[in-house]
Amino acid sequence: MIHFIDNIENYIYLIPLLPLIGFVINGLIGKNLPRGIVYFIGCISIFASFVLSALALWKVIDTGNALEIAYGSWFHSGGLNVSIGLKVDQLSAVMINIVSGVGFLIHFYSIGYMKGDEGIYKFFAYLNLFCFAMLVLVMGDNLLLLFLGWEGVGLCSYLLIGFWYKNKDYADAGKKAFIVNRIGDFGFLIGIFLIFQYFGTLNIAGIQEFLVKHPGEVKLLIEGGVITIITLLLFVGATGKSAQIPLYVWLPDAMAGPTPVSALIHAATMVTAGVYMIGRLHFLFSLSEVTMLIILIVGAVTALYSGTIAITQKDIKKVLAYSTISQLGYMFMAMSVGAFSVGIFHLMTHAFFKALLFLSAGSVIIACHHEQDMTKMGGLSKRLPVTHIAMFIGMLALSGTVPYISGFLSKDLILEKVFLFEGGLGVLSGLPVGKIFWGVGLITALFTAFYSFRLMGMTFWAKTRMKDEDYHHVKEPSKAMSTVLILLAVLSIVGGWVGIPEILGGNNPFHSFLSKVFDPTSAHGEVHHGNTPYILMGVSTSLGIILAIIAAFMYGKNWSFPERFTQKGIGKLLHRLSYNKYYIDELYEVLFVKTIMKGSRLLWKWVDAFIIDGLVNGTGRLAQLIAKLGQNVQTGNVNTYALSIVLGVMALLTWFMIATYNN
Amino acid sequence: MSIFPNISIVLFLPAIGAFILILLPSDKLFKPSARDKVLKVTALIFSGLTFAASIPLILQFEGTPLMEHFAFDETVWGSLSEIINTSYHLKVDGISLWLVILTTFLTPIILLASWKSIEIRIKEFLIAMLLMETGMLGAFLAWDLLLFYIFWEVMLIPMYFIIGIWGGERKVYAAVKFFIYTMAGSLLMFLAILYIYVNMPVPSFDLDIIYQHVPSLSGTLSIFGMDISVQHILFIAFALSFAIKVPMFPFHTWLPDAHVQAPTAGSVVLAGVLLKMGTYGFIRFAIPFFPNASLDFAPIISILAIIGIIYGAFMALAQTDIKKLIAYSSISHLGFVMLGLFAFALASGPGGSGEVVTLSIQGVQGALYQMINHGLSTGALFLLVGMIYERRHTKEMSEFGGLAKVMPRLAVVFMITTLASIGLPGLNGFIGEFLILLGAFKANSWFGVLATTGVILGAVYMLILYQKVFFGECHNPKNQSLKDLSLREMIVVLPLIALMVIMGVLPNFFLDKISVTLHEFFKLIPIINIG
Repeated sequence: MIHFIDNIENYIYLIPLLPLIGFVINGLIGKNLPRGIVYFIGCISIFASFVLSALALWKVIDTGNALEIAYGSWFHSGGLNVSIGLKVDQLSAVMINIVSGVGFLIHFYSIGYMKGDEGIYKFFAYLNLFCFAMLVLVMGDNLLLLFLGWEGVGLCSYLLIGFWYKNKDYADAGKKAFIVNRIGDFGFLIGIFLIFQYFGTLNIAGIQEFLVKHPGEVKLLIEGGVITIITLLLFVGATGKSAQIPLYVWLPDAMAGPTPVSALIHAATMVTAGVYMIGRLHFLFSLSEVTMLIILIVGAVTALYSGTIAITQKDIKKVLAYSTISQLGYMFMAMSVGAFSVGIFHLMTHAFFKALLFLSAGSVIIACHHEQDMTKMGGLSKRLPVTHIAMFIGMLALSGTVPYISGFLSKDLILEKVFLFEGGLGVLSGLPVGKIFWGVGLITALFTAFYSFRLMGMTFWAKTRMKDEDYHHVKEPSKAMSTVLILLAVLSIVGGWVGIPEILGGNNPFHSFLSKVFDPTSAHGEVHHGNTPYILMGVSTSLGIILAIIAAFMYGKNWSFPERFTQKGIGKLLHRLSYNKYYIDELYEVLFVKTIMKGSRLLWKWVDAFIIDGLVNGTGRLAQLIAKLGQNVQTGNVNTYALSIVLGVMALLTWFMIATYNN
Repeated sequence: MSIFPNISIVLFLPAIGAFILILLPSDKLFKPSARDKVLKVTALIFSGLTFAASIPLILQFEGTPLMEHFAFDETVWGSLSEIINTSYHLKVDGISLWLVILTTFLTPIILLASWKSIEIRIKEFLIAMLLMETGMLGAFLAWDLLLFYIFWEVMLIPMYFIIGIWGGERKVYAAVKFFIYTMAGSLLMFLAILYIYVNMPVPSFDLDIIYQHVPSLSGTLSIFGMDISVQHILFIAFALSFAIKVPMFPFHTWLPDAHVQAPTAGSVVLAGVLLKMGTYGFIRFAIPFFPNASLDFAPIISILAIIGIIYGAFMALAQTDIKKLIAYSSISHLGFVMLGLFAFALASGPGGSGEVVTLSIQGVQGALYQMINHGLSTGALFLLVGMIYERRHTKEMSEFGGLAKVMPRLAVVFMITTLASIGLPGLNGFIGEFLILLGAFKANSWFGVLATTGVILGAVYMLILYQKVFFGECHNPKNQSLKDLSLREMIVVLPLIALMVIMGVLPNFFLDKISVTLHEFFKLIPIINIG
């Protein structure tokens, strides 16, 4: 055993492999297994993987070195060699622990949530497969293995969103997620091709090495805009997977999947893959100011934009979905100003508190018999005390209103780093870019505080709108589910304590741990700026608290004021725009979906059937026509036929001979 | 050389089986009820034996670059006659190896899949299928132009009957269209073959000799007052014939008709193997024979290939008939293959004698890989659609919905096939597509970008198809009592599924044998480099 732990690097392949085995077993024979065994296989495989991840993390902390192992070649062709290599460095050590840790909790929660579903074995199989793919994504040492994981998680997302496939809307949502993600992958793939073309390798360490070894060439690539194009294309992939403008549209629909899926895939792990990818390739992204600025703009606009949508949604999961999009925007903002470890820090704390929020919402939904409309809830704090406290803690973390809670720490660091950002190109040069985007981030934070407590008010605190009978039937779902909520609630509070910055009395070990990966010399070092951080923190926190209190008052009893406000005039217009998500889905539908479907039908009818095939058939008819004219040759007289055959053969032979002797 | 692997045995076993079927006095020996079964089993045994006989080809493939022999070489008669210098010369190398295996692998599967669906003229059907197999194998194995041409034409006839006799409502129209279209193309090629023959220093059809001399054929022909280089004209003649077979846009309209009308067996052979004749022809003949012309036409062919990728996908989107949708998807997929084959990096400076043309190894290797992939995934799709058709006698998507509930096994197998077809990493399609696109990028970044859009569109039409057939409520009462796949049907599809996974996870086993040959093969052709 000790030998095993000491040599954990030889066993890291088990981390993704175990969930894969779980998938194979449950997928192939789960249908015929007793449910208890299905649960056991599903949970134990990811739990074992978590234990190994923790050991791997321990080793990385202990030695300070990455664990690396290569298992030969996946495929090679000419100068291309794609290896099957896994690497656990500081960054992926953090990631695998989030994935397997939160993953395990959500597997366990699902036992209660999915109780009685006939496809339970499939559900666990897919969840396991997802974990496998996600772990490959974060452990792969080259871009294609990362891409394998990237597509794999997308597939599981598709399968799990449409898990209840009998409902057409759900199946539609799954399809939409897959296709929108494919649009992102289009960019990602082209980025990969260009990387191979210019760097001659897809190995991540190899790319970094190339950049170090060929400064002259790299300088040319930067000046020629090649690096910008490559990183922008990779970022297109990230906007798909991590639901940023303009490819975010699939995520709200993805809420059709069972709630544990929303928690695991569409909040805690998969959607952060884009952020992780930028972290993984930070050395490349740092080389393009243009790309970084675009990421900043996209991240900030997405964060604010989805915040404005979240404040009017009625569906409890939709609020959380838009909140996720918004928080992902924050993470991209952090990455774009070079504060990579801060972005990953927020990724981690978000994984804790957003998983908590979704699972709490899941408990609410189960308790209310699959009702998701908050306007039909209210007063649940009395009926669901554990869920209520858990969700409250989650909201405190999300809104970042209470110092030292995980979400507060990470969000605050992001705002600070953005504020201190001094960049700006093109039309933005000369402007205080950092301060402007800090402002955007701040307003987003206010929206966040508002919708967080709006949700709490509508669901838990306001007078109930349920029928008496239904209301009294509401009770906490199973103990197992509540246990998971409590564990995640604890993580949502203390999970950020590894990253307490100096100004709050800590020494941010998280940051120094990750700085082994993210070049410590880059711009985000701990620099002291006098009182600025305190002022920023004070402003955002106090404003956040005010908004939270306003929301709590507005929605905590009944929501007559907001209802009145949204019934006429400008209030009605704004509400409509926000509630209908600015009609972007409808716009996309008309612009792309309908156009393409109609266009393809027209193209088929007119170009393919009429013109191209018409020409083909026309030629045939022409030949028939000529044949009719030539019918006279068909005398029916055998002698004539024989004569023409002989003549023909002779002609051919003559041609042959002449041709042959000419040479 | 040892008796095994013996290419001739592989080649003629199916034909022997066909003759035995012809001679077998089954009507006298067996009761009518047992007769059909005996015939089917006989055919299955022969196609199975053929597959078994082809396995040593893989196992004993001498593939390391250091070896002298990079192919199995078999010559029985040096020269058939004094007048026409042709020979019975067969060869398997890494280019044809997997296509041969694909053919021998698919035929028994197809026979087993047609166990119940063919109800009339069973004997004739089995004979046609076996002759078809010999025809296809011969075209892949021939190392002599005339021999190739004979097999190329021989193939047409059984296929014509398979569509024309056992096909759907408009079978005659589809069969005639298929036959005449392909025939018209091959006549041009035949003229070109004769021209090559007579213009060799020593007239010969043998490929070893032709590879040495044809690329340096020079001179011009005057056509309508224009002087056009011979290389270009010959290339066009070959290319047209192959392009029709592939089929490339805009010569593709025979394919949807043929697929829709053909019985399942016909569709699987067509998609699985026959279409590859076209792409195989390009890499075996058109490109190495006329490297300069290939380079000159590469942009046009690449553009047509890209149009095929995108256009085929759009056409697939517009379809409501499942088979027609898959037929158009084939046009899109084969566009990828063509793009890979013509991924010429620009001429790279002076070689030994004049210009050297460089082909992208990734492009060609990916194309050859994708040919197999397409055979497996599209073959599987047609098999599965056939199984649905046998139950419901319709291929209209709107007739279905919610099949996942009634036929869960079919739903899983169809899903995996769909994923392979849209190139999900971990399954075979991804490797081929990735290599092709990488090669295309080398040749021309814009080609690569445009072709990559096919990756999006492919997902769109396949997922729509899947959703319409399998998801939703099972409303249609006719579908509610459908039986899931039988044991026989699972035996038919599982080998295909297994190969999709194996070729996706362990592609090197297949790729290595291809790449060894490609390097050796292109050493034969002085002006083409591969890299």
